[in-house]
Amino acid sequence: MTFAVPPATDAEPYDVAVIGAGVVGCAVARELSIRGARTVLIEARSDIGDATSKANTAILHTGFDAKPGTLESRLVARGYTLLSAYAARAGIPVEVPGALLIAWDQEQLDELPVLAARAEANGYRRTRQIGADELYAREPHLGPGALGALEVPDEGIICPWTTSLAFATEAVRHGAALRLESPVTGVSIGDDVTVVETATGPVATRLVVNAAGLGSDLVHAMVGLEGFTITPRRGELIVFDKLARTMVNHVLLPVPTKMGKGVLVAPTVYGNIMLGPTSENLDDRTATGSSEDGLAFLRSHGRRIMPDLLAEEATTIYAGLRAASEHDDYQISVHPQLRYACAGGIRSTGLTSSLAIAEYLAESMTEALGLSLKPMVHPDADPQPPRMPNIGEATLRPYADAARVAADPAYGEIVCFCERTTLGEIRDALHSDVPPRTVEGLRRRTRATMGRCQGFFCGAKIRQLLTAPDSSTMAPTARNNEGTK
Amino acid sequence: MTSTGPVDTDVAIIGAGPAGLAAAIALREAGVAGVTVLEREAVAGGIPRHCHHTGYGIRDLHRFMSGPRYAQRYVARATAAGARVLTSTMVTGWTADGGMWLTSPTGRRELHASAVLLATGARERPRTARMVPGDRGAGVFTTGQLQQSVYLFGQPVGTRALVVGAEHVSYSAVMTLRHAGVDVVGMVTDRPHHQSYAAFALATRVALRVPLHTDTRVVEVQGRPRVTGVVVEDIRTGHRRTIACDTVVFTGDWIPDHELARARGLVMDPGTLGPAVDADAATEIDGLFAAGNVCHPVETADVAALSGRAAGHAIAGWLADRRRAARRAGVPIEVDESFAWVHPQRASTTADLPRNKIILRPRVFASSAPVRVMQADRCLWEGQVRHLVPTRPASIPTGWLARVDPAGTPVRIESATRGTHQ
Repeated sequence: MTFAVPPATDAEPYDVAVIGAGVVGCAVARELSIRGARTVLIEARSDIGDATSKANTAILHTGFDAKPGTLESRLVARGYTLLSAYAARAGIPVEVPGALLIAWDQEQLDELPVLAARAEANGYRRTRQIGADELYAREPHLGPGALGALEVPDEGIICPWTTSLAFATEAVRHGAALRLESPVTGVSIGDDVTVVETATGPVATRLVVNAAGLGSDLVHAMVGLEGFTITPRRGELIVFDKLARTMVNHVLLPVPTKMGKGVLVAPTVYGNIMLGPTSENLDDRTATGSSEDGLAFLRSHGRRIMPDLLAEEATTIYAGLRAASEHDDYQISVHPQLRYACAGGIRSTGLTSSLAIAEYLAESMTEALGLSLKPMVHPDADPQPPRMPNIGEATLRPYADAARVAADPAYGEIVCFCERTTLGEIRDALHSDVPPRTVEGLRRRTRATMGRCQGFFCGAKIRQLLTAPDSSTMAPTARNNEGTK
Repeated sequence: MTSTGPVDTDVAIIGAGPAGLAAAIALREAGVAGVTVLEREAVAGGIPRHCHHTGYGIRDLHRFMSGPRYAQRYVARATAAGARVLTSTMVTGWTADGGMWLTSPTGRRELHASAVLLATGARERPRTARMVPGDRGAGVFTTGQLQQSVYLFGQPVGTRALVVGAEHVSYSAVMTLRHAGVDVVGMVTDRPHHQSYAAFALATRVALRVPLHTDTRVVEVQGRPRVTGVVVEDIRTGHRRTIACDTVVFTGDWIPDHELARARGLVMDPGTLGPAVDADAATEIDGLFAAGNVCHPVETADVAALSGRAAGHAIAGWLADRRRAARRAGVPIEVDESFAWVHPQRASTTADLPRNKIILRPRVFASSAPVRVMQADRCLWEGQVRHLVPTRPASIPTGWLARVDPAGTPVRIESATRGTHQ
C-alpha cells in the first residue's frame, strides 16, 4: 500500500485527536487529514464503524421529515448531496428506490399534507401524495387497508459499512493514525497540549474532537462540560432472505411519531429486505441484544405492512443503539478555551449527514480553534477516494465479472455461497489499509457469512482464512478438476 | 424445456453430494454420454465429507463406512463411470434461455444442457432463521459448521455446549463435540420425545450423561463477546431458567437449498419448501429434475443417493423418449394434518422411487398408525406404519401408484391416528 502522506506518529503532539471511529469520527478524520492536519483517530472497539454505525436502517435520508430550522435539517440535506457524490466516486453501494410514507388510517392520511409542508420547509420540494390505487400498483405485496401515501422519490439506501470504511481508509492514506481497541479513560487539557488517556497509552494532541457516539456525553464530561445526556435507544431489526427482495420496490415508511420514524420495510443494498426498527430507550450503552418482545412487535407490524414477507425466512436479526440525547437536535459545539469540539447526540441521520458534519466542524474549528487547514477543493476535484469493494447488488459483483475472473482466478473462487463472496475479495480485505480483525469485521467488508446459512457452509473456512491467511487455503483451487475423466 | 439452443452436455447435475453423484453414475451406466456434475465446494462429496461417524452406505452400497470414506467412494465411482465432476464451480443463476451461469476459478461462463438435475441438498436453519433473540456472542454453531470446524480445520470450539434439537443429527453433533473435548451440558427439544433411535438416545443420556430436556424451547442466547448461557422455557409450565454454556449448537430443522429452484420459478411444495416433483423426479419444467435432500429435507445420505440414482434412471428415460415422458399425467399427492409433507408430490406411473417408497414426514408421534391412500372415495392402499416420529421418515409402498386415475382428483394420504401432536 502507498501513503499519500507518511503516517502520523505519537512522537510529537497531533494537531487533532478524533475520539470515536464511527461514521462521524471517520468522516471528520478524513476531512481533517486531507486538509493537512496531523490526525489520530481513537476507537474503543476493534474495528471502525463497529457500534451505531454498523447496525442501523442504512437509509440515505433526504431530510424531508427533519425538524425545520435545526442544524440536523441543514446537515442532513447537505450530507445527502455530499455523500451521494462521494459514494459514486468511492464505489459505496447506493440505490435510490424512493420512499412511500404510508397512511393506514384517516388520521395518518390527514397528516400527509402536513409532512409535505414540512418537507418544503426543509427545502425538499419533490414529495407527491398518491392514492391507494397507485400505491398498490407500485407495491402489490403491501398488506390491505392502506389509504394512500406520500412519495419521497429521492430517499435512498446505502451501505453503512463501506461508508465508514471509505472515510477511514482515506484518512489513513492521508496520514491519519488509527488507534483501535483504545477506550478513552480521561482527557487532561494543558496550556498547549491535551493528553487523551487511553487503554493503550496516552495520546498528546493540540485539539480534540468528540465523535464518541454512545459515549459522547461521557467524553463531554471528561473535558468538564455538561449539556446533554445520551440515552441509548435500541432499534431491533429483522433481515429477510434475498428471495424476498422482489416483493418490495420502495422504502416503505410509516407516519412518524414522537419516538422516531417508526417501523419501516426497506430493501438493503445487499439484496435483502429489512423490517424494523423498534425504538426503546435503555440505560445500558452496550445492550445490543435483540429481545423476544422486540421481535414479536416487529412481526406484528410486519404482518400488517406486508404479510407475504413474514412467510419468508429470516436471514438475521440484530439490534443497534442510536445515540439519542434529550435534545431535538445534534449537539455540535466548539469550545476555544478547551481546544475542543463536540459532535454528539447524532441520531439515526448521522450516516447521511456525516460528510456535512465533518465539513461544518472543520470550518468551525478553523474559525474558533485556529486550526490551519488547506481548503477542500471542489468535491469532484478532490483526491480520488479509495475504491471500496463492491458489496452491493445493483452493480456487477466480482464473481459475475468475467473479465475480472479471467484476470485473477481468485475472483472466481466463491467461498461464501449465500453471498457469493470470493477468495479474491477476502484476500483484498485482509490486505487493505484498514483490515478486519474479526469475522464480523470481514463480514462488513465482504459480506462473507452474512447470508441465509450464517456459516453452515463457509463459517469454518472463513475463520481459517482470517486466522491463517497465509496458509494454503488462500490459494485458489484453480485446478477445478477440468480434466478429470 | 431447459436450454433451447445448442447444448454443452447432455445432463448437468447441480451438486456433487450423494444424490448428485449417484445420479451421475446411473446416467453414465445407462449410456448417457455427457454428464457434468457442478460442485461449488472445492472438494466433491457433499455433507458426508465432514460427518466422521460411521453408518454410511447401508442401503445403497450395502456397506458400513464413515462419512468421508463414503463421500470419497462416490466421487471415485462417479469419475470412474465417466462423469465430469467440476469442483469450485458454482451455478449462480439461470440464463434467459434456460442455461446456467457458472463461476469458477477457470472463468465465468454459461453452460447449456439438455436436462438439468437439481441436487443442491439442504442446510440446517441457523439461530437467526429460528428468530432466537439475545446477544450475538461468539460460540453459536450449526452442526454443519461445527463439524467442519472440528474435522476439516481442527479449530477450537468451546468448553461447555448446549445442543438444540434431539433428532439424528443432534446426536451426531454430540459426538462431534465429545470428539473435540467439549463438555455437552444438555440437549433441548420442544417436542415431547427425542426423534432419534432409542439406542442413541439411551447411550447419550446414560453413558455420556447428557440430559435431554423435552418440551423445552430456547428463549434467548446470552453473553458477549462470547456466549455465557441459554435461557430455556418448559413449554408445559412456562418456567424459565438459564443453562450456563459457552457454545450452542442449533441442529436439524432442515431447509432445502432451494435458491436455484426458486430463481427458476419452479412450484415449491409448502411442506418441504423444496421443488415439487413427480415420482420420476420431474419438476413442472420439462427437462428440469430435482432429487435428494432438496426435495426431502432430510433423509440419510444413502436414501439421498437412492433418490439420485432413481432420478438418474428417470432422466435417462426422458432423454431416450422425450415425447412419451411429456405425456405423463401428474395427479397431485396430498397429506392430511398427521403429516408435514410427502415426497413425491405428484403421482406418475413409472414408480422408480428410492427403495420403492413414498416418503412421509409425520407431525405426530404414534405407533402402529393406520394409514390409507384415497383418491376421492376410492381407497388405493391401506396399511399400518409402525412408527410415526416428527423429523424422521415414515414410508409407504408405491404399488398403488399404478391404480391412480390419471384423470382423477388429487390423491390424499391420511392417517386416522391419535398421535401425540408436537
